[in-house]
Amino acid sequence: MTSPRNRESLSRRRFLGAAGMAGAGLAASASGARAGAPDPLITEVQDWNRYLGEGVDKRPYGMPSRHEKHVMRRDVSWLTASPESSVNFTPLHELDGIITPSGLCFERHHGGIADIEPANHRLMIHGLVEKPLVFTMEDIRRMPRQNRVYFLECAANSGMEWRGAQLNGCQFTHGMVHNVMYTGVPLKALLEEAGVKPTAKWLMLEGADSSGMNRSLPLEKALGDVLIAFAMNGEALRPEQGYPLRAVIPGWEGNLWVKWLRRIEVGDKPWMAREETSKYTDLLADGRSRRFTFIMDAKSVVTNPSPQAPLKHKGRNVLSGLAWSGRGTIKRVDVTLDGGKNWQSARIDGPVLDKSLTRFYVDFDWAGQELLIQSRAMDSTGYVQPTKDELRKVRGVNSIYHNNGIQTWLVRANGETENVEIA
Amino acid sequence: MSRSPKLALLAGFAALAVVAAGPLIAQPQKQAQPKPVPHAASQPAHAKLNLGRPALPEEIKAWDIDVRPDGMGLPPGKGTVKQGDEIFQTQCASCHGEFGQGNGRWPVLAGGQGSLTSDRPEKTIGSFWPDLSTVYDYIRRAMPYGNAQSLSPDEIYGLTAYLLYLNDIVKDEEFELSDKNFTSVKLPNASTFYDDDRETTEKAFWGKEPCMKDCKAEVKITGRAAVLDVTPDSKTAPKVD
Repeated sequence: MTSPRNRESLSRRRFLGAAGMAGAGLAASASGARAGAPDPLITEVQDWNRYLGEGVDKRPYGMPSRHEKHVMRRDVSWLTASPESSVNFTPLHELDGIITPSGLCFERHHGGIADIEPANHRLMIHGLVEKPLVFTMEDIRRMPRQNRVYFLECAANSGMEWRGAQLNGCQFTHGMVHNVMYTGVPLKALLEEAGVKPTAKWLMLEGADSSGMNRSLPLEKALGDVLIAFAMNGEALRPEQGYPLRAVIPGWEGNLWVKWLRRIEVGDKPWMAREETSKYTDLLADGRSRRFTFIMDAKSVVTNPSPQAPLKHKGRNVLSGLAWSGRGTIKRVDVTLDGGKNWQSARIDGPVLDKSLTRFYVDFDWAGQELLIQSRAMDSTGYVQPTKDELRKVRGVNSIYHNNGIQTWLVRANGETENVEIA
Repeated sequence: MSRSPKLALLAGFAALAVVAAGPLIAQPQKQAQPKPVPHAASQPAHAKLNLGRPALPEEIKAWDIDVRPDGMGLPPGKGTVKQGDEIFQTQCASCHGEFGQGNGRWPVLAGGQGSLTSDRPEKTIGSFWPDLSTVYDYIRRAMPYGNAQSLSPDEIYGLTAYLLYLNDIVKDEEFELSDKNFTSVKLPNASTFYDDDRETTEKAFWGKEPCMKDCKAEVKITGRAAVLDVTPDSKTAPKVD
């Protein structure tokens, strides 16, 4: 076999030498198709070129190519005591566009994945209503439905980074977010069926899982854009995403999006459940805590390059990232390659939707110099994503939740990329 | 790794069945029972789609397990610190430790008072939780881990009393917690919670026109994740076949 590296032209070697390339990581390894020797992948007939492939009867439910096995959710085993009450992370660095494939949406369970046959699922609405009701999945599928794309971000996304750079990979620093199209019934329609009494102000949503996950939701939000969804990305919810029924609370922290939703109680006060008191409250430096911090502030992250997706080529490259805001749409994303000395506005491509992930790009040439990459999102309310230090200044480092500070990646001369903080 | 709650799973199913089939517990502090449902032909004006069916009082009682700080939802019952101690040692201590100190990474339930402004806050029932009802509500719906909804109201009152004792909120082993005295018990950190005020206290994050050119002269790296080296090794990630 011919080694492309040996066949590099003189001029290319000179270019690399001049750029002072240190590590071998980057290398000319890249693609086989270098000028000089004919590429056997082109000159020789390949197996897939000659022999029959699998037929239509082999993959009744299609899965990604076997060459994509490295694209998967990952967990951080030291984070939690047991995998049934834990979290894993979306591989953001492997994805493009704005829709997260269903099987890669991060998971967060409090008592494992409930296994519920749709025919055995019930949704009860009671409390301060004229008529307490029980719905079957069949009932819900007979109601007028909507299709909406929304991001779901765990309030603890980036929560490990409050005290400083900790995890090397945007999958781990930012992977508690996903973005899919939901199909469901507006909660308003369900509440109208039951008839909400005038004294009602709050709802309690409860899951059918073994943690009976419960959260209080203000009635005003419930009558707004909340959906009770049974499908994601065009098919039934995945079991780990609440099959057969979940709440969709656009722009608000993921913990409110109760999965395996079985009960909605209407009341006049919040319930002060565990997940809205002992958890999902934001402890500030003075020892006091904010509660009901529902909205996810504007945030962004460069997904490529990032520690799990180093730069491999000098010359032309695509920087790619995601931005989102729980308060509306993304208006602009700025990117710096030099640690914030100079910024440029990124190119946004694809749909720019309300409370949805938004994809941005910077197409750039890299000469092999060290890069300090950051992105800064701005949303339709005029909110500008703060730096981590700006956040720490007003919140301290103990709040765990709602860390939407600007992320920094250091790209070294050999293309390796790491999670750093800068001043 | 042994987790006793898991071993109790099978027994739990039996217990659940008993709960579901057993006599229903009156809940005097809950809101009034729904009125008899009107005849199907005379739907009230609010019914837009005529979908769903009336929830029966027995069904609401079976599922309505939540408890609020004002006592709404508390079932009748009682339990002492001593009784709670016994239940805690058999049902809870394997994860939470004999005295609620937490084994391994399982939640710490007691102690931590005065730690909230420190480098490592210990957020326990005594040091952090604002409402006692949350303890009752959470145990009732989710504990023991892997055998949820298997404890009786009296057992939960006892456990809650024991947790108050572990946190020095009650000092007497004979203390009995019940639906009658429940709302009189206040947790020490209750007054330190306040509603989201980001839109006022963090107003400076809005409306800025950020600098784009020559924004700073120098940049220095102040921290690196690589120093901690706690990122899971992608090579050891689970295999997918």
